[in-house]
Amino acid sequence: MTDTSQTPLAGTDADADDLEHVTRQTSVYVYEVPVRLWHWINALAIVVLCITGYFIGSPPPTMIIAEATYQFVFGYIRFAHFAAGWILAIGFLGRMYWAIFGNHHARQLFYLPLLRRDWWHEVWFEIRWYLFLEKQPKKYVGHNPLAQLAMFCFITLGVSFMIITGFALYGEGLGHGSWADNMFGWVFTLVGGNSHVVHTYHHLGMWWILIFMIIHIYVAIREDIMSRQSIVSTMISGHRTFKDDNPD
Amino acid sequence: MSQIETFYDVMRSQGITRRSFMKYCSLTASALGLGPALVPTIAHAMETKPRTPVIWLNGLECTCCSESFIRGAHPLAKDVVLSMISLDYQHVLMAAAGHAAEAALDEAMEKYKGQYILAVEGNPPLNEDGMFCISAGKPFVEKLRHVAKDAKAIISWGACASYGCVQAAKPNPTQATPVHKVITDKPIIKIPGCPPIAEVMTGVITYMLTFDRLPELDRQGRPAMFYGQRIHDKCYRRPHFDAGQFIEAWDDDNARKGYCLYKMGCKGPTTYNACSTIGWNEGTSFPIQSGHGCIGCSEDGFWDQGTFYDRVTDLTQFGVEKNADQVGLAAAGVVGAGVAVHAAVSALKQAQKKTQSTPTNTNEEV
Repeated sequence: MTDTSQTPLAGTDADADDLEHVTRQTSVYVYEVPVRLWHWINALAIVVLCITGYFIGSPPPTMIIAEATYQFVFGYIRFAHFAAGWILAIGFLGRMYWAIFGNHHARQLFYLPLLRRDWWHEVWFEIRWYLFLEKQPKKYVGHNPLAQLAMFCFITLGVSFMIITGFALYGEGLGHGSWADNMFGWVFTLVGGNSHVVHTYHHLGMWWILIFMIIHIYVAIREDIMSRQSIVSTMISGHRTFKDDNPD
Repeated sequence: MSQIETFYDVMRSQGITRRSFMKYCSLTASALGLGPALVPTIAHAMETKPRTPVIWLNGLECTCCSESFIRGAHPLAKDVVLSMISLDYQHVLMAAAGHAAEAALDEAMEKYKGQYILAVEGNPPLNEDGMFCISAGKPFVEKLRHVAKDAKAIISWGACASYGCVQAAKPNPTQATPVHKVITDKPIIKIPGCPPIAEVMTGVITYMLTFDRLPELDRQGRPAMFYGQRIHDKCYRRPHFDAGQFIEAWDDDNARKGYCLYKMGCKGPTTYNACSTIGWNEGTSFPIQSGHGCIGCSEDGFWDQGTFYDRVTDLTQFGVEKNADQVGLAAAGVVGAGVAVHAAVSALKQAQKKTQSTPTNTNEEV
């Protein structure tokens, strides 16, 4: 996509200025198909999990449609939660696989270069940009360091926490000796034995991820407008396009 | 060993018929989840093996465990239970008192050295050198250590012995400590509950006698056959839970119809016990059946999980009672407001930048 040949634009509304800009537009293929697919499936699963999860904590008003034998409202809510939880968990495993076998941008979600001074320097720079203290942001092909930090804390750690506590709670239904109990029962031991505590933590985890959603959607749209590269469309097409070709 | 009589001998001497004895064996087999094929094994063990002596100690407790115990559901159970215990020493039931009672304890310990099961009701408070619970002129913790020394195994009987219960609730001024944190060198079976179910204890002792080993325990050391499932899993109101039919307020129409108590804070979904199968008071009822939610009394720290009447637990860490939803909503609100302000400032900046930069860009490009 770095072709600089003077291909005339289709349509006649482009003036000389537009044409000159177009020749300088550059884009990089950042997010491969599995990453984009995962992003949107994950987003959908999280929305379903938040809504159904909230209802599991605070059920909707009693509905008397039929005798309990023929009515399964709360059962369906819980089913949707568990099904979406499975999709989230398997999707997350797939995403980890792709972090190993995909391009290097796919790995950003799973490690933080905490020992690199210049990385911290750029985290600080990004904070200053968000505090309106910098006139112009830097260009990034992948996540900027602050975004990477947020993704890691909210998604990598947050979703891992939700998957682990989620399966521990799922094991309560499957019962003593079930695979979920064997694999994730240690979670209850960790909090002192009373599984009610895990319910509370899992519930707080929902709010943690909901807070991420608010920030994530806002910042993605804001940066799409104000930064020097595309953000929103990148997660659809996979291409990061830059608005200028200034060298810094 | 040979001078100790069998359970069967004790029962027969108490006037229990063989027919009743066989009933007990089959009931216990089904309670243990063993199936009819093992009934003869249990009967044989009870007929031939010397009975398991039990020494029962009472620490910091309210005696509700003993009270539950002497009201065993099956009419025969209490007789079996009583015959299992070395009645030489049980605070509530023994006839002796004072020095005579303590002498009887020493005698029982000597006679059944290394053979007896120690049942502990209540727990030792450790603060002030254990002075908050004095038994026979000494801190209870010393007595516990002394008797535990020669025990074959220990049964932590009730929530106090298993987890600490109300006297260990925050801030736990007497430093009441569950038995397994004081005695660390003996096999310990926890039978929590406030109080626990009598049949569970007779079942566990019978199992140990029949098979010469501890029953399968769950991760927390409770017998899995009784604590492997939640109240919720065997609750007769479960269909209303799955249907989404809940009691919305005490004494509303739904309460009269016997709908699910989930919204009223029932802890059945997080409580592992056999109440919803065995029942209480000769199988008459259990809390949910009588219209009140489960309070989770067989779970660790159940006093410190906020009110019994909330589903989403209070978080008391901040000194202000807030539940998880309120905390989450407040945090989301703050973040949302921050985002809104930030968006407004960003929009202004962007607008400012455009008006300023348009002429400059034009100049550059010209």
